[in-house]
Amino acid sequence: MGDFALSELYRIAIVGSGPAGLSAASRASKLGLSHVLLEKTDHLSDTIYKYQKGKHVMATPAQLKLRADIDFAAGKRETVLETWEMQSDGNKVHTLKNAEVKAIAGAKGDFTLTLTNGQTVRAETIVLAIGTQGNPNRMSCAGGDSPHIQYSLDDPGAYIDEHITVIGAGDAGIENALGLVADPEQRNTVTIVNRSEEFATAKDANVQALIHARDAGRIIVRTKTTTLSVEPGWITFDTRDGEVRVQCDRVIARMGSAPPRKFIEACGIAFTSPERAAYPVLSATFESTNPGIYVIGALAGYPLIKHCMNQGYDVVEFINGNTQLKPADEPILEAKFASLPGSQSVDYWLNFLKTNVVILNQLSTLQLREFMLDSEARFYKRDDVIFVRNDPGSSLFAIAAGSVLVEVNPTDPSITVPIGVGSIFGEVGLISGRRRGATIRAGEDCICVEVSRSAALKLQASVPAAKRSIERISTERQLLQMFKSGLTPADLSEVLDSYEIQAVSAGKAIITEGELGNDIFVIRQGSMVVERMIGGKPVFTSYLPAGSYVGEMGLINGGKRAATVRAAIKSDVIKLDGTAFMRLMEKKPELYAKTKSDMAGREELNAFIESKKDTLSSAVDLYSEQAAFLMENGIGEATDVLLIDENLCIGCDNCEKACADSHDGLSRLDREAGRTYAHLHVPTSCRHCEHPHCMLDCPPNAINRGPDGEVFINDTCIGCGNCQRNCPYGVIRMEYEPPKKPSILSWLFFGKGPGPGEPSRKWKKENSDPTVSKQSKAIKCDMCSGIEGGPACVSACPTGAAIRVGPEQFLSVTRLEKNSA
Amino acid sequence: MATQAPRRGAQSGRVKSDGTHEGFLRHKSFRWLKIAFILTTTATLGYLFIDVKPRPNGGSWYGYLLGIVSTLMIVWLTMLGVRKRIPSRKRWSLKGWTSAHIYLGISLAVIGTLHTGFQIDWNVHTLAYVLMMLVILSGLWGITVYAKLPRQMSLNREELTENQMLEGLRSMDRQLHDAAQPLDHRYAELVRKSLQEDPFGGGLLRRILGLYRTSKARKTLAQLSEEIAFRPGEDNPIERLDALLERKENKVRRLRKHLQYKARLEVWLYFHVPLTFALIAALSAHIVSVFFYW
Repeated sequence: MGDFALSELYRIAIVGSGPAGLSAASRASKLGLSHVLLEKTDHLSDTIYKYQKGKHVMATPAQLKLRADIDFAAGKRETVLETWEMQSDGNKVHTLKNAEVKAIAGAKGDFTLTLTNGQTVRAETIVLAIGTQGNPNRMSCAGGDSPHIQYSLDDPGAYIDEHITVIGAGDAGIENALGLVADPEQRNTVTIVNRSEEFATAKDANVQALIHARDAGRIIVRTKTTTLSVEPGWITFDTRDGEVRVQCDRVIARMGSAPPRKFIEACGIAFTSPERAAYPVLSATFESTNPGIYVIGALAGYPLIKHCMNQGYDVVEFINGNTQLKPADEPILEAKFASLPGSQSVDYWLNFLKTNVVILNQLSTLQLREFMLDSEARFYKRDDVIFVRNDPGSSLFAIAAGSVLVEVNPTDPSITVPIGVGSIFGEVGLISGRRRGATIRAGEDCICVEVSRSAALKLQASVPAAKRSIERISTERQLLQMFKSGLTPADLSEVLDSYEIQAVSAGKAIITEGELGNDIFVIRQGSMVVERMIGGKPVFTSYLPAGSYVGEMGLINGGKRAATVRAAIKSDVIKLDGTAFMRLMEKKPELYAKTKSDMAGREELNAFIESKKDTLSSAVDLYSEQAAFLMENGIGEATDVLLIDENLCIGCDNCEKACADSHDGLSRLDREAGRTYAHLHVPTSCRHCEHPHCMLDCPPNAINRGPDGEVFINDTCIGCGNCQRNCPYGVIRMEYEPPKKPSILSWLFFGKGPGPGEPSRKWKKENSDPTVSKQSKAIKCDMCSGIEGGPACVSACPTGAAIRVGPEQFLSVTRLEKNSA
Repeated sequence: MATQAPRRGAQSGRVKSDGTHEGFLRHKSFRWLKIAFILTTTATLGYLFIDVKPRPNGGSWYGYLLGIVSTLMIVWLTMLGVRKRIPSRKRWSLKGWTSAHIYLGISLAVIGTLHTGFQIDWNVHTLAYVLMMLVILSGLWGITVYAKLPRQMSLNREELTENQMLEGLRSMDRQLHDAAQPLDHRYAELVRKSLQEDPFGGGLLRRILGLYRTSKARKTLAQLSEEIAFRPGEDNPIERLDALLERKENKVRRLRKHLQYKARLEVWLYFHVPLTFALIAALSAHIVSVFFYW
């Protein structure tokens, strides 16, 4: 552009020509402010320039109005860039390309920006809009510095015949992965890896596209998977079921990015917290802690283009002295806060929420604004019911004022436990599909923020401090519920100060027999098996479902660990410091007594197994081997499983028939199919997993967990088949309801109809009403909820071969006792 | 070492198993065996100590009592067939029902016999008695197969379902068909014949007894294979065919065994059930005649 004197003192220097910088520069130009836009490359908007060719750029959030002097609408990358290029020229934006800022000195009114080429630029104020893409999060696993790992993808068409792993299923990762498989001619085998089970940070449209591509077999999606190591040609994952090594010629790591902290701090700008993902501290006018330097865009915690552009406009207005300007989302937020008492301003309420709600403390005002777009502020009068026990509902509530009462006893609503201001409730809803565990009503007039499940997951994914405080509160509740013993939250504070959540991969031991250690572990998710070495062989002694604790024996006896505890499936455990727990037990004799009695039971069990080992070694071996077999077959994540003793099963299929007859003529189990070990058969039937895979992407949210723990599909099912594909055990069928059969007696006496059990396809076809559309829906076991007498498959078994049990019951020592009796 | 989590799903008092497989014979620690024992002992003691005049007879008051009890029991025992086909909405499991059916059914042999007063003759009354005993005997046969066969059936099927076994056979047939294509007409014809043979034909009796002849085609092929054996350095297509046939035969054997077990688990019912109906007919005749000639 022009030949301007570099010593000129600009009113505004804008660093970075992305959407935020461009919008700011355009505004400055429109307002007639002297300005300079500094871009480190030779083209505008490098982040979007580096998007893969032909990528569709989205314009979310849809409800947010765009307020900028340049246009932006969803469309192709090329179109977007061209529009910006043209319009910034049209707006007479003063641009300096190839100008990378290396240092900023001076103070408000006269800053000096030193460029890497040695030039200097002087400005009264600075707008930093440099984004975070220059500082991607790097792979930290073994081989994380390999040359075939890349952190961006320019042209997905450039790779042919490769095994490519995309790490991170945020928007960038999903778009890259989809780009790589867009043309089947390229014959790429693409795997995308996501650390968690859900795609919390990605846009919905991207997630849907990814799921479609997966279902069409074009892409491999691995969820709940982390990378263990990268080596030439191969990559090793830690998956739900253990380690997996797959072929991989190229790794594209899209694990997010973080602010270039060193540079920002050198500019005299403070951050909200020491965490890597933290953002600079900003005022409502985007001003940083160094007056005169403003921060907008992704560096301010706003990665979305629309936000960035609005902020560019706003920040220049602020610098120009327009203090009356309200952010573009103001009307939306005004409407949200309208129902709250006191008719206060949006700023007042935002500040109010931020100061009063613990999980929102660490958010910047800007993040909070965005957060509120997906959340609702609600006012409840004293005794208003907020939600009712067993209602479906997955949102999280935070109390900003007042307090609520939890009705802990379903039969007596007068027994309540209060939850005070600042805390949260309903966090169990974040675990997929759980119903409300208790009725909660307002204890006094109160103001709560209701956060949708997706917003809460996003909050946890993007603000580590919020994640930590949600975790801490739910951990505290879990410990209180587990240990009871008259403990109060205050008692637990020391123990909680040291807690640590660890992910344990399948098969890994958290406690090893014979080692020293006094930490206590609480199983938060997944399950564990306990083994002891007896006679040189590991002998299974017990099964621990989520919600159990382990490790007290080593702590109380102060010696070596008495057994090995290993994860049956990929699990999360809460590790509590043994010394702190010991001090807690000293303070609370009741807790000590409880732990001691729990321990005594376990010691008795160990002694029992040891004593049986000599006399009944084969029974103990069988018990151990069957336990291992069941674990291999995914029983570790089951809560209720159908098992068939083939010593008793006469193959009459009465279980299937009874199932069909109690569920609209469709059987939800396949007796004959499935694995068998030592005559113990695991048929194809729902196990009602602790964390059901089927629930993960159900568009109408039709899959829920009932009061008995049954996972069931309600009538809102749209028949998309996602659950069927997600179920690793193949227990979900897509079927339409057969016509009603004639009664059993008319079959028995007159031979009418197809008889008991599921009618044949032929009969179904011939007898169904042709005028009614036959929409297949997902069907699966609902544990015969609502049927007195329990599951029909079990009560219809003539020989007692079929039982439905929780793994913790089946794998208990009572079985060994009975069998050896 | 560790503590169990609070029981899940304990909210609505559902009936839950204790985690052990308790078969129909041991149901509730032999509850129905005990009840049947008490019943038969009481009936026997009654028979021994109640002095009916002129002699113990179905027509005495005690005889009527035993007769009424037996009739009610027969009617109730028959109802198992209905109960089996209607999924229960009540707490009584089919297993409990089976257990009761077995032990009460056996006790009927004692009670029914006492009802006769040991007066056996060639008449409709004795016919009913004999039929009842036959039903009970066929029932005992059923108990033994139920107790013995499931284990063997499970061992035989090795995680395969019946459909998978059939599919396995079909795939063998396809392979055989393909393998026979490049062969001499003579051999191809033999393979075609072997494919046409029905390995499961021969009716129920053969199925139950498991008496099948070796496939003729296979025999012939085996001979042919020997004829042209020992030609060094040559890949003998006949040998390959022979190996395929042998694999098929193993599969056929397994499936035959499976069907045999299934048939044996069911065949006793072909006696038990019709005999029951005959018993009910004879029993009705017995009751009507008794009251008619009062």
